[in-house]
Amino acid sequence: MTTSASSTPPAKRPPTTEIAPVSPRDGTARVSLRPFSATGHANLLDTTGAWLLGLLWLLPLLYAVWSAFHPSAYATRFSLSAPLTLENFVQAWQAAPFGRYLVNTFVLVTVILAAQLVLATLAAYAFARFTFRGSEVAFMIVLLQLMIMPDVLIVENYRTIAWMGLRDTILGIALPYFASAFGIFLLRQAFKTVPRALDDAARVEGANAWQVLWRVYVPLARPVYVAYALVSISHHWNNFLWPLIVTNSVQTRPLTVGLQVFAATDQGIDWSLITAATLMTAAPLFIAFLLFQRQFVQSFMRAGIR
Amino acid sequence: MNRTSSSRAPWLLLSPALLLLVAFTHYPAVATLWHSVFSTARAGAASVFVGVENYQLLLDDPVFWQALRNNVWFALITVPVAIALSIAMALWVHRQVPGRALLRLAYFTPAILPMIAVANIWLFFYTPQYGLIAQISQAFGWGDHNWLGQPGTALPALMVVTIWKEAGFFMIFYLAALQQISPTLAEAAALEGASRWQFFRRVQWPLLMPTTVFVVINAVINAFRLVDHVVVMTRGGPDNATQLLLYYVYQVVFSFWDTSYAAALTVVLLTLLAIVAFVKFRLLDSRTHYQ
Repeated sequence: MTTSASSTPPAKRPPTTEIAPVSPRDGTARVSLRPFSATGHANLLDTTGAWLLGLLWLLPLLYAVWSAFHPSAYATRFSLSAPLTLENFVQAWQAAPFGRYLVNTFVLVTVILAAQLVLATLAAYAFARFTFRGSEVAFMIVLLQLMIMPDVLIVENYRTIAWMGLRDTILGIALPYFASAFGIFLLRQAFKTVPRALDDAARVEGANAWQVLWRVYVPLARPVYVAYALVSISHHWNNFLWPLIVTNSVQTRPLTVGLQVFAATDQGIDWSLITAATLMTAAPLFIAFLLFQRQFVQSFMRAGIR
Repeated sequence: MNRTSSSRAPWLLLSPALLLLVAFTHYPAVATLWHSVFSTARAGAASVFVGVENYQLLLDDPVFWQALRNNVWFALITVPVAIALSIAMALWVHRQVPGRALLRLAYFTPAILPMIAVANIWLFFYTPQYGLIAQISQAFGWGDHNWLGQPGTALPALMVVTIWKEAGFFMIFYLAALQQISPTLAEAAALEGASRWQFFRRVQWPLLMPTTVFVVINAVINAFRLVDHVVVMTRGGPDNATQLLLYYVYQVVFSFWDTSYAAALTVVLLTLLAIVAFVKFRLLDSRTHYQ
């Protein structure tokens, strides 16, 4: 919680504000001894309440795991003697081209992220380190996108994508997200915290603007890049409505749309199959999340929302 | 390339991003307005200027009013409930509850799963006769209820899913804010003999206010933007009981092919979002330094 983007909550900061985002102690401050860590009776109540809510929150996922790993006869009844099986995953995998969907999602997320990082880096550099006429107008144009989300402009954007001949292509899904006001804003904040002296020193050494950007600014803003990347990946991995509109073939469908097509056309409603497919859709991102929990949570904190 | 003299460089750096921003955000917003005052081109009928006709249709369209009402209810209920839960979660995780790390994971997990995936699981929970809720209520002898099939309960059922998905996400912002509160305040309050509730009410809650403002704004925006669960679980039914504005836009375009009417609907949606954004900038960004 160091960079304050417009979309991060202006949490009460200690007097030493604006630590550079490269600070290694970023957000890891821990207070160990607290009063009001109640004892005895109240503590038991607290623990019970907290865990009841926690179980309630985990229930859908636990159910999905149960149903996916047991034969469909056990999808709606709970029994400890139920045999474990991977059959549902095998069947779901064969019933719909989930492998293909997975590749599509992967390509989609990668293309979007790469374009976002490049475009946002260039724009943020211009805003952070150049004084030029019209910069304020240009910045307002960028900020406007924080208010109007592309998600809402499905009618016109579909028209544009169709006009470009990009219907049912992965590029067609990705293109509206390439320029991210949020990414530009976040990186601009990060670049502004880079000391001018470093910039000047590099120039004295004979580096040109490109080299300064690549050798000084980008490395120093790495935590911001990681935070933005995680937020972008999770957003676009899970995105559904726009890809649903743009795609209509196996070759381009991402996992989310593929899952919906699979679940909607599978009139027999085999819950075990659907939950297996559901888990497959969520698994890659979820596993990544489990491995990099701290980074994910801190990224979302830093990035606010997107 | 000097930092100040050449004004070509920054524009070169900006142009790719600005071009795409304009193409997919600003142009479509203006084009939506433009198309909303024309008729939809049909076979044998070109698009003609019709002025406010689409908006008049809108005012006379019961489905539009239903969608607007649903959206407002959705925001009014899901936002406070999700926030109350997220504060409770944050306070629990912030204190030394046993299994804290696991608990935090449990709360946050729904936020990271695709809405489309969790909607399918919830769909099963709500299924009559053999769904999980049906089984539990039948075991207790409360009978069976078609949660998603009855107009009275379909929208609340979707609200539950939204709350479940968002509360853990908002929790992390409260957690961050709680960790910023100086521990000396808790010590002082303890010395003064304040109860936990008093400490929360008089110290933590006021200090969490900026976070609350931020979360409320984003939650309201989400309430008008999220439609994935509607697509999976109800498709706006039964009898438009779960119709939301964005889903209605989607239906009007991709089921009825009435792009002009959809444009008018989108204008309403954009106006609502603009109001929220205006509030946001007045409340939040007064603190942000752009220079």
